[in-house]
Amino acid sequence: MQTLNDIYIIWYREVLRFWHNKPRIISSLAMPFLWLVMFGSGMRGTFQLFGAQEGFDFIQFLFPGVIGMTVLMTSLFSSISIVRDREFGFLREILVAPVSRASIALGKILGGATVAMLQGLLMLVLAPLVNVRLGVGMVLALPPAIFLVSFALASLGMVVASRLRSTEGFQMVMNLFMMPMFFLSGALFPLVNVPRWMEILSKVNPATYGVDLIRQVTFHFLAVPSAIAETFKITIFGVKLGVVEDLIIVSFFAFLFVLLGVWSFAKAEQ
Amino acid sequence: MEKVIEVQNLTKKFGDLAAVDNINFEVFEGEVFGFLGPNGAGKTTTISILTTLLTPTSGEAKVAGFDVAREKDMVRGSIGLIFQEPSLDEDLTALENLKIHAALYHLSGDLYQKRSQEMLKMVELWNRRGELVKNYSGGMQRRLEVARGLLHHPRILFMDEPTLGLDPQTRNKIWDYVLDLHKREKITIFLTTHYMDEAEYCDRVAIIDYGKIVAAGTPKQLKEKTKAKTMNDVFLELTGRDIRDEGATRLEKMKSRMRGRFH
Repeated sequence: MQTLNDIYIIWYREVLRFWHNKPRIISSLAMPFLWLVMFGSGMRGTFQLFGAQEGFDFIQFLFPGVIGMTVLMTSLFSSISIVRDREFGFLREILVAPVSRASIALGKILGGATVAMLQGLLMLVLAPLVNVRLGVGMVLALPPAIFLVSFALASLGMVVASRLRSTEGFQMVMNLFMMPMFFLSGALFPLVNVPRWMEILSKVNPATYGVDLIRQVTFHFLAVPSAIAETFKITIFGVKLGVVEDLIIVSFFAFLFVLLGVWSFAKAEQ
Repeated sequence: MEKVIEVQNLTKKFGDLAAVDNINFEVFEGEVFGFLGPNGAGKTTTISILTTLLTPTSGEAKVAGFDVAREKDMVRGSIGLIFQEPSLDEDLTALENLKIHAALYHLSGDLYQKRSQEMLKMVELWNRRGELVKNYSGGMQRRLEVARGLLHHPRILFMDEPTLGLDPQTRNKIWDYVLDLHKREKITIFLTTHYMDEAEYCDRVAIIDYGKIVAAGTPKQLKEKTKAKTMNDVFLELTGRDIRDEGATRLEKMKSRMRGRFH
């Protein structure tokens, strides 16, 4: 029980900080809005020009991708809070308290994942602007899917943050990771008919399966024709990945990264 | 009397430099123990080892009967620490900072309500408890930091220059409270300080210089030994009159800026 209480209080602080920072919440809508409206509208025309299939709208493809992008960036970056705490001294307050290192790391990861999930869900307010129809089913099904993805990527962020002492250093290292992960995740364009090297890289990219999970859940509730949904599916060793397969793969990454994240934090701060 | 801190042949090296060089001392239950020394003498390094934030290179230290290197969690549960450098969450309010501290030390809700009010009134921040800490002045942040460190009434309280940069009124008030708490709850206090008038409050002091303990005893004993009238004279007699250069790290620069702001 003590452990749960400790994890809770670390989590609570992360969420509280997010809540105090309301301008950030609003401004976080700006980039996705630009992607959706400017990039999306431009690309929609291109897709139609080259003979897109009947009944398909590129915006429907891009919308879950933009949610995935937000989740990817927010959750990977969430662990900056550990580096910032280290830099501004608050980490020592936590470190001298009778709280295990694993609880601190887990609380931070869960807090980061929660914030990333909320940021991702916030994208739903953009849906009416780009004519994506929201339903009750989608709004209920997305949070758990997004949370799982956020948890996996926040844990990965923790692995990086454990070793870094300055926020500048963290931003540099993280951008180095994050941009390729983002471009190779399929958030912006379908990963079909791409060069072989790109296909391989995108398939080892954990974010690919997270984005695909969010997209397939969204497609399901948008009633995208199955013929079209099929063409975007990722194939691994001859198996086409559906929601269940994506769930298994993302859970596997989440498990692996959370162990690594907790271990590297506990090792760095004994 | 029971020993609550036992230090034996403790050494901490950073590269070739021995910040703490084979020191020995002990602190008894219920004492106010002063750890004095010029800048860069090894005070903060010693406190960091005793509070489990640093691992010693060699030697042994026990706090509340637990080994600081091997039984960290047990040590952490017995102590409180008021840091020399800022360690508040500036993006939260004063009350939220206390709330998190109370939860980290497993205080009950009632006790948290009672103590947070008591502490914030003592440091005269009760009326501004709902404000974000980043809007506080440096002195107010320091007061909040002290209030937070006292919140959970630890068995042993470590204070690393707790009143640095505070005006005499606030220093007095904090000392009154600390000494009262010390009496009421039998808390052992281990402090470092630059203010020699504060050293007079101590039951015993140790003076550290260049990582080694150069003298230890009651203030009275040390005055007799050095034939000095005040602790200030004792200090200068034992550590010399040269100004120490501790190498301006980033934190040091910030600290000296803060000192400048308060003067």
